[in-house]
Amino acid sequence: MEQITSLVQIKGIRDGLLATFLDAPWEDQRIALLSQIDERSAFFQGARLAMDVGSQVLKVNDLVDLRDQLSERNVVLWAVISESATTEKTSQLLGLATRISKPRPEDQRQFAVAIADDTALFINKTLRSGTRVEYPGHVVVFGDINPGAEVVAEGNVIVWGRVRGMIHAGAKGNRSAFICALDLSANQLRIADEISATLKPQKDPKPEIATINREGRLQAELWHPG
Amino acid sequence: MTAQVITVTSGKGGVGKTTAVANLATALAADGRKVVCIDGDIGLRNLDVIMGLENRIVYDIVDVIEGRCKLKQAMIRDKHYSDLYLIPAAQTRDKNAVSPSDMIRICNDLKPDYDFIIIDSPAGIERGFRNSIAAADRVLVVTNPEVSAVRDADRVVGILEAEEKGSPYLILNRLNPALVRNNDMLSAEDVLDLLGIKLIGVVPEDESVIIGSNRGAPVVTDSRSRAGQAFRNIAKRLQGQEVPFMDLEQQNALWSAIQRLTGRK
Repeated sequence: MEQITSLVQIKGIRDGLLATFLDAPWEDQRIALLSQIDERSAFFQGARLAMDVGSQVLKVNDLVDLRDQLSERNVVLWAVISESATTEKTSQLLGLATRISKPRPEDQRQFAVAIADDTALFINKTLRSGTRVEYPGHVVVFGDINPGAEVVAEGNVIVWGRVRGMIHAGAKGNRSAFICALDLSANQLRIADEISATLKPQKDPKPEIATINREGRLQAELWHPG
Repeated sequence: MTAQVITVTSGKGGVGKTTAVANLATALAADGRKVVCIDGDIGLRNLDVIMGLENRIVYDIVDVIEGRCKLKQAMIRDKHYSDLYLIPAAQTRDKNAVSPSDMIRICNDLKPDYDFIIIDSPAGIERGFRNSIAAADRVLVVTNPEVSAVRDADRVVGILEAEEKGSPYLILNRLNPALVRNNDMLSAEDVLDLLGIKLIGVVPEDESVIIGSNRGAPVVTDSRSRAGQAFRNIAKRLQGQEVPFMDLEQQNALWSAIQRLTGRK
């Protein structure tokens, strides 16, 4: 028991508690966490818990089960920090935060480095209200971005669908980033530190591209092939 | 017999979840099905009032969970249908008195003896909502043709998909065909276009719903009510029958004829 509970370290942070796991199978980590909580259940009553799961790959069911088990113990899981893209995506789908107040070292990475490797996150579904996707590269969405959903990318954002939520491209200050979509009736677009006014929904939507123009204003125009 | 567990939820409050539960349960019971409704809104219970059973409550769901009574003792039989029961919520406790596994256990105990278990979810996406969807085989999302309600419904649909509960079905409640015609209200198409889920029914705005709720007699029992007809159709669809969608324009044919004559349309 001593061994298994030492798999997880829990400490207080500004926003509640942070559980950090040592390398181990998820099942062991989960049991370790729950048994630590059960041992001192009075201390954990009503706690807000963030977890740093390292490189652990977690599926929706893993996190849903744990969250339910925590919620039965009156502990609220609000954030999951992970190095795994799958786990980050899972957490975002469940509406959990993937950052806590203390920035992680990779957040401070230079923008240019992140873009140089030209990585893109591919999202093969519609982003619904309450979903926030943050990515240190480009983002491609095959689906709609509904009102109340947000995409924040350090690179470009391409949407094969309708945009009615908020998109922020070039989030770390890249003014040459662009946003394009089949239907760009977003309630707000941002590129670097420029913010667009509301774009009117079009009767007959056509593909559009938004960039920062020569006058330094964010502007959307129809996309012309070639 | 294994009951189908249906949870009715919405995200936003006041869109008609509880009304939908009372009406669907009553319509299913009128079709000869054995039905139990569970009020999942611990601390803000309403379903008993709308079903007109308020003064019969002795035990509630928290009494069952905490072992103060047997499940059967907390089940209140409806005034008109002998195979319709309500398990009321506790008014003096909060959502933390129930856990998702409690809901699953109660539903599993009921399943062998009933056809439908209908759970009325509280508004929001917190504990009470999670309790209510834990046992669900099928989820019905209720929304109104209003931008704010649709956005909350979208959020709920996203959570249900993330939790692998399957795609929910949509009930569009309080649609006013006259407003839609004048482009003053979102149409059913607008809402479906955004949410991208299957529609199980459109309920027109109908003041007899409010009258029914206040009297504790759900509107489905009123054979002349259009909203009642819409709920009866949804109940049929839940039983696996194909029922064509009502033509909501019909009722207003006279009005639109007048509008055409006066050149407003």
